[in-house]
Amino acid sequence: MTTQSTTEMPAVGYGAAILRAIKSFGLLRESWVGMIGAFLVLFWVIVAIFAPLIAQFDPNASIQPFAKPGMVAASGSTFWLGTDHMGRDIMSRIVWGSRTVLVYAPLATLSAYTVGILMGLMAGYRGGLVDDVLSRISDIILSFPVLVLYIIVIATIGASGFNIVIAITFASSPGIMRIVRGLVLDLRNRDYVAAAQTRGETDWRIMLFEILPNARGPLIVDACLRLGYVIITIGVLGFLGLGLPPPDPDWGGMVNETRQMAMVFPHMTLFPCIAISSLILGFNLLADGLREISLRD
Amino acid sequence: MNDNQEPVLVCKDLCISYYTRAGEIPAVVDFSLTVKPGETIGIVGESGCGKSTVAMAIMQYMGANGGIKSGGITFKGRDLTTLSEDQLRSIRGSEISMIYQEPFASLNPSLKIDTQLMEVPLAHENISKDEAYRRSVKMLTDVKLPDPERIMASYPHQLSGGQQQRVVIAMGLLSKPSLLLLDEPTTALDVTVEAGIVKLIGDISKTFGTSQIYISHNLGLILETCDRVFVMYSGEVVEEGTINSLFTWPKHPYTHGLFSCIPLPTADKNAAPLTPIRGQLPLPFERPSGCYFGPRCDHFERGLCDSAHFKMENVDGGAPDHRVRCLRYKNINHVKAQPGGTAKKTLKIGKSVLTVDRMKKYYEVKDTSLTALISGKRIRHVKANEELNFTAHESETVAIVGESGCGKSTFAKVLMGLETRTEGEIRHNGKNISKISVQDRSTKQIRSMQMVFQNPFDTLNPSHSIGGQISRVLRKFGVETDKKEIFDRVMTLLDTVKLPRDFYFRKPRQLSGGQKQRIGIARAFAGNPSIVIADEPVSALDVSVAAAVTELLMDIQRKHKTTLLFISHDLSVVRYLSDRIVVMYLGHILERGTANQIFAPPYHPYTEALLSAVPIADPEVTKRKIVLEGNLPSAMNPPKGCPFCTRCHRKLGDICDNELPAEQVVADRHVIKCHIPLEALKKVAPVIHVPDESERLQQQVAV
Repeated sequence: MTTQSTTEMPAVGYGAAILRAIKSFGLLRESWVGMIGAFLVLFWVIVAIFAPLIAQFDPNASIQPFAKPGMVAASGSTFWLGTDHMGRDIMSRIVWGSRTVLVYAPLATLSAYTVGILMGLMAGYRGGLVDDVLSRISDIILSFPVLVLYIIVIATIGASGFNIVIAITFASSPGIMRIVRGLVLDLRNRDYVAAAQTRGETDWRIMLFEILPNARGPLIVDACLRLGYVIITIGVLGFLGLGLPPPDPDWGGMVNETRQMAMVFPHMTLFPCIAISSLILGFNLLADGLREISLRD
Repeated sequence: MNDNQEPVLVCKDLCISYYTRAGEIPAVVDFSLTVKPGETIGIVGESGCGKSTVAMAIMQYMGANGGIKSGGITFKGRDLTTLSEDQLRSIRGSEISMIYQEPFASLNPSLKIDTQLMEVPLAHENISKDEAYRRSVKMLTDVKLPDPERIMASYPHQLSGGQQQRVVIAMGLLSKPSLLLLDEPTTALDVTVEAGIVKLIGDISKTFGTSQIYISHNLGLILETCDRVFVMYSGEVVEEGTINSLFTWPKHPYTHGLFSCIPLPTADKNAAPLTPIRGQLPLPFERPSGCYFGPRCDHFERGLCDSAHFKMENVDGGAPDHRVRCLRYKNINHVKAQPGGTAKKTLKIGKSVLTVDRMKKYYEVKDTSLTALISGKRIRHVKANEELNFTAHESETVAIVGESGCGKSTFAKVLMGLETRTEGEIRHNGKNISKISVQDRSTKQIRSMQMVFQNPFDTLNPSHSIGGQISRVLRKFGVETDKKEIFDRVMTLLDTVKLPRDFYFRKPRQLSGGQKQRIGIARAFAGNPSIVIADEPVSALDVSVAAAVTELLMDIQRKHKTTLLFISHDLSVVRYLSDRIVVMYLGHILERGTANQIFAPPYHPYTEALLSAVPIADPEVTKRKIVLEGNLPSAMNPPKGCPFCTRCHRKLGDICDNELPAEQVVADRHVIKCHIPLEALKKVAPVIHVPDESERLQQQVAV
């Protein structure tokens, strides 16, 4: 049974990790729902990266108000999606606006997850008083309507990209904490955790290295869904005027500015709305695909 | 049993396959079986051999992806494979009943027992509710449940595991089925409870005339319950025969291998080590051509055994219904079922390593009920461990035996420092460690005491590679610090536990249960510990794998002179590998002594009952049957006097109820905690009787 072959030292490092990540992403091909989602998300990521090449106009420049989609500008370029009431090219604004969404939404989600996971690990693993205190705090936050929380936080610290991240972290980390806590309560009773305890590992090492990696399945799926909600939230904040300060392009803000003209000039509101919903749909389908794959394994 | 009667069930040349994305998986191949009225058939085999698939096929309940490829199942003259779903429904549960492994999963927790029982006759027969109630109560009495009216009015969670399984059996019998399928009905139960259920199952065919198919992995249980036995391996029957002929003269190398894997109460770890079957069960799509057992067989002959698949044939000169699937059985000379490895060196027992002195562990439970509020007793104690005393020496194997809830796992936790004791002392190499929890222990203390866990599927972290997990232990314990050195050390450890070196890169999910348990052992021995606690390390493994893992554990122990604390409920394994045994019940040590002292009178009455409950896979060994009544009392509210007084079959009277018995010293380090005077205990006859050579000869002449 024993093979005495000289086994070489393992190739460890970031290269191997990246290779593994690509490999596991290849699994997604088996779920066509997930593929559509991945395609939509990838589309917007490419648009955001190559924004300067795709957008033909300055997103904040006032060129020709109330242009219909397809009209040709004086410079010879076409307003593919028309212009708004201030004469700004809608397509350029959507393209540049995708950068805002795709920077702040993942950033906010990541930040909410960092806080939520740490709180959940503490509450679930330590238990007792720590759990009581953290759970009650999260109960209090969760008892407020989300919108009220956003308004309170943004009104207190002011509207900016960074503050949006803070507001979203504040409002969604309690929910994430609940999920993580539930997973930890189950995982902490596994024998491998007991094995780590009996070899004298510190609590943090057990939480981060022994427990957290095994909770990743449900958390990745939830993160994808939550990313979608965060995009809606950023849109809603923009719509309420609590988003990025004008005139920088912001999808929610674009809908808000033009909503009174929506019946007459539907293209002004319709295209930003399609942009928002296609990205959210992308993340939701991706989450479904990931869940399908994780259940299969 | 009447040979002229029409058989209840006939399976002929049955082939069952599962269809998955990876293609067709043949689960059962060429399976033939005839069940006569009142007969009990045993199907034995390791996990994955297809025994449950056969039961499911008989019920015609195989799920969406399973199907019968060829062959037929005839039940009382009707071909089950051609019946419609409606016709099947009238047969299932009324003419064929099935009893599953876990009783608590078979009963609906939100319905009372009476609703669930009465449903059976009400659904299949046109009778009144009163009649159904009357019949249910009668059936509960027949399965020997005390106070059936009270049980009828209870919810499942108010009954113990043994009572639940009796209710499930009653439910299966209520419709007076012609065939009862039992799929490992006692695996989830404690040994003393199991003994009662096995006795009940053995009586069923006598009382009700029901035919049974009993599926189990335990040859000892099959011996106690069945008339005929089928041994399955990798989807096919390799040997069949009556209990007597198959157990006395096993012909197939696999059957023989199974017997050599089971420790018998006569066996000793040094004189006659177990001989595990080498290799692993092949996956269905990796089965070799010819004999499926070929690659693991010692009698394999190239060109003959691997040429073509062959049929079962009658054993020459054997009983008429003893059949075997082996071409070379005539040439194989099996020595009588003595576990026959080569003798190993007996270890010298060294100095005392661990002393446990009057250790107690109580858990506090806050009682928030109204009665507690009024009486003022807000805090109650769960007495998990009560006055434990014993010592363990270097190179010694001390087994801690007891049923679930006896406090053996709590003791392991206290020892490891995961919990702190309430009173008393634990001294390890002379140093009192009872007050130091694991965080405060020095690395040296931690690495000298390690643990092997029970559940192989839980013992390794699924997210990290095998190599990473063992390296972590080495680094943490400071055995090596250099990367290269650590890597070499992991390789040596993998060699020690007899696993291929490239397992370093594998993830736990790519390993089988036995392989995972080997890694668990490698991890425990990585820091050269002086004490290893093994918490039921082989109870979740198949017999052939368990034998190999047990032997491995013994070999490493021999090499390192480790003290092994072996926690188990299986007395036959314990007898085989331990030098000393500690019998626990409800937090108390009722008896402790060497293995020989425990297995011979004088016994504590509880030890006596435990011994009687051990299934022994040897038809020549006879046992005195002692079936314990009642249930294990709650540790929250233990009996005032002797902990065992509620179930004891040798109870003296009031003194047992009211006074905790003192320890009676029989010999040096052999102690019994009982009120019965030693003289009386010494007169008790041995529970297990193993015939010696002369008796054996007499029996064979008689046969």
